[in-house]
Amino acid sequence: MSDHEYTPKSKVGKWFNDRLPLLTLANHLTDYPTPKNLNYWWTFGGILTFCLITQIITGIVLGMHYVAHADLAFQSVEHIMRDVNYGWLIRYVHANGASMFFLAVYIHIFRSLYYGSYKSPREVIWIIGMLIYFLMMATAFMGYVLPWGQMSFWGATVITNLFSAIPLVGESITNWLWGGYSVDNPTLTRFFSLHYLFPFLILGLVVLHIWALHVPGNNNPIGIDIKKPSKDTVPFHPYIVIKDAFALLIFLLIFAFFVFFSPNILGHADNYIEANPLVTPAHIVPEWYLLPFYAILRSVPDKLLGIIAMFMAIFVLVILPWLDTSKVRSTVFRPIYKQFYWFLVADVLILGYVGAMPAEGIYLLIARVATAYYFAHFLIILPFLGFKEKTTPLPLSITEPILGGSPDMAMAKNNFNYKEKL
Amino acid sequence: MRNLIRLSFFFILVSSLFFTKVNAAGEQHDLLEVDWSFKSFFGKFDRASLQRGYQVYTEVCASCHSLKHLSYRNLAEKGGPEFTELEAKAIASNFEVTDGPNSDGEMFERPAKLSDKFVMPYANVQEAIAANGGAYPPDMSVLVKARSGGANYIYSVLMGYDEPPAGMELDDGVYYNKYMYGNKIKMSSPLDDDIVEYSDGTKASVDQMAKDVTTFLQWTAEPHLETRHKLGFRVIIYLSVLTILVYFSMKKIWSRIETKV
Repeated sequence: MSDHEYTPKSKVGKWFNDRLPLLTLANHLTDYPTPKNLNYWWTFGGILTFCLITQIITGIVLGMHYVAHADLAFQSVEHIMRDVNYGWLIRYVHANGASMFFLAVYIHIFRSLYYGSYKSPREVIWIIGMLIYFLMMATAFMGYVLPWGQMSFWGATVITNLFSAIPLVGESITNWLWGGYSVDNPTLTRFFSLHYLFPFLILGLVVLHIWALHVPGNNNPIGIDIKKPSKDTVPFHPYIVIKDAFALLIFLLIFAFFVFFSPNILGHADNYIEANPLVTPAHIVPEWYLLPFYAILRSVPDKLLGIIAMFMAIFVLVILPWLDTSKVRSTVFRPIYKQFYWFLVADVLILGYVGAMPAEGIYLLIARVATAYYFAHFLIILPFLGFKEKTTPLPLSITEPILGGSPDMAMAKNNFNYKEKL
Repeated sequence: MRNLIRLSFFFILVSSLFFTKVNAAGEQHDLLEVDWSFKSFFGKFDRASLQRGYQVYTEVCASCHSLKHLSYRNLAEKGGPEFTELEAKAIASNFEVTDGPNSDGEMFERPAKLSDKFVMPYANVQEAIAANGGAYPPDMSVLVKARSGGANYIYSVLMGYDEPPAGMELDDGVYYNKYMYGNKIKMSSPLDDDIVEYSDGTKASVDQMAKDVTTFLQWTAEPHLETRHKLGFRVIIYLSVLTILVYFSMKKIWSRIETKV
């Protein structure tokens, strides 16, 4: 929070601000002291906000033309693609936007993991973030059902059927979710309704996420506490705004490439076949961003335990601030954790890969090892490492990392080596 | 700048993962590859090929396969086969549609108009299945997008009819196809040399017809492909210029403090 009191210059502004301090809020947002050493991995917060707004706007327009009915949904999507002015553009932006949203959110999450942004005093930001991530997955899953193609229908069938594994009440819950005895029109209409609702819940959580962020302020690549405002910070506007804008434009270039030149590459061809309850596709696969969890689900031989494992995979992330016992935030000063961090990245990529493959033979074996490692990372390695690891010395401030007075990370690291040699 | 390079490497890595994933899901035989005119950044349809493709569709495929998401007006629209409006009207008037009820409450038959959807070969799915030995001839409107491999797959299947390998037993009404999933297909080879007569003098070889009808089906699946490519090119140029401008603005703003950006 900025320390100084803000008073609007104009009389009208003051009158209004005394009654609703919107101008104070705007002033806080522009002046918000931000660590000056934030790297490009920190630009994904802004990118994600952009993604959410894009999804909401394109989604509202699509909702004007889409018909949520089992007999008409597929046809109405084709109507959007063919007859609605620029409907193809809006739909491709929305469909690829979901993928880009997840790409950005994964980078955002892994940035947080690398620089320890989830640690005290930022646990609440992290937990809200995980809630957002969970809601995003639910929203994306329901959105994928709406075109009522083969993958929509069978994806919905597989995922909703998971709940039937719950003892005693499983079947009742599944029927309640379906609104009948199978995935059918009532399922589609309620998914549409919820798919429209959830993004606004996410939007609300995003406001809380940013609010919670503005209490302690941003973490930074060095991960040390800094005085705000000070020599170590810059005002959010214009420094961070222009940098976020630049990163967003690079992101948009990639986004545009997908939308205009490869709009269907991230989707599954089967979803252009109308849903048919009598024909099961050869392989039922979720969208790419859900694949790691799908791999974990299938790696456990028992259905109920598989579901528990899948939800646990998200839950261990929620309680991560208490699983990681290290006091040092940034991986830069944690040489051993750094290696495990990259093992985890590789592990999640492997899980994603085997999630797309049939669950048999070597793939199943790999999925099991990778699942075991995933949990071991959070439940064994992280708590243990915090006590055992010898971290390298932390600099005192961003502008003066020990000796040099240079904010350059490479210089800072060289300084440590230099000091160690002395 | 170093971060920037790292960032771009990361994006390349991630995108390459997507592409390998798609390629990894290959068929038993590698699909035949055609250098389609509609591929690549500036890809456009070959207008003459689209018109010939429509002829192949209507004279060969249309007896079993519907195009239910298309209207006759689409044939005259920009970016498609671009028949003249008169030609499209003439095409439409060859088909009868049921309209009504009229003021007497009766349904009646009339020739199709530009605004009508393509007339379907069968009244319903059940009739189509019954007439085709238990196999449903899929609607072709988005067929190219509904098969991994896209246009190359459709072309390959059309070219993939062959003698079954030794030891393979085929039931009556089942044919061997190199590229079909499971190698068995219930559609007999639909194309024979000169099965249609092209009015522009092009030789109607099986290969030529397969290419033309695949091009046509690519258009039915993506009627706005040309607009998409054209707009996409402009968007990329616009974003690139803006990115460069913002980059230098950023450099200028950050030069006020000694931290590098």
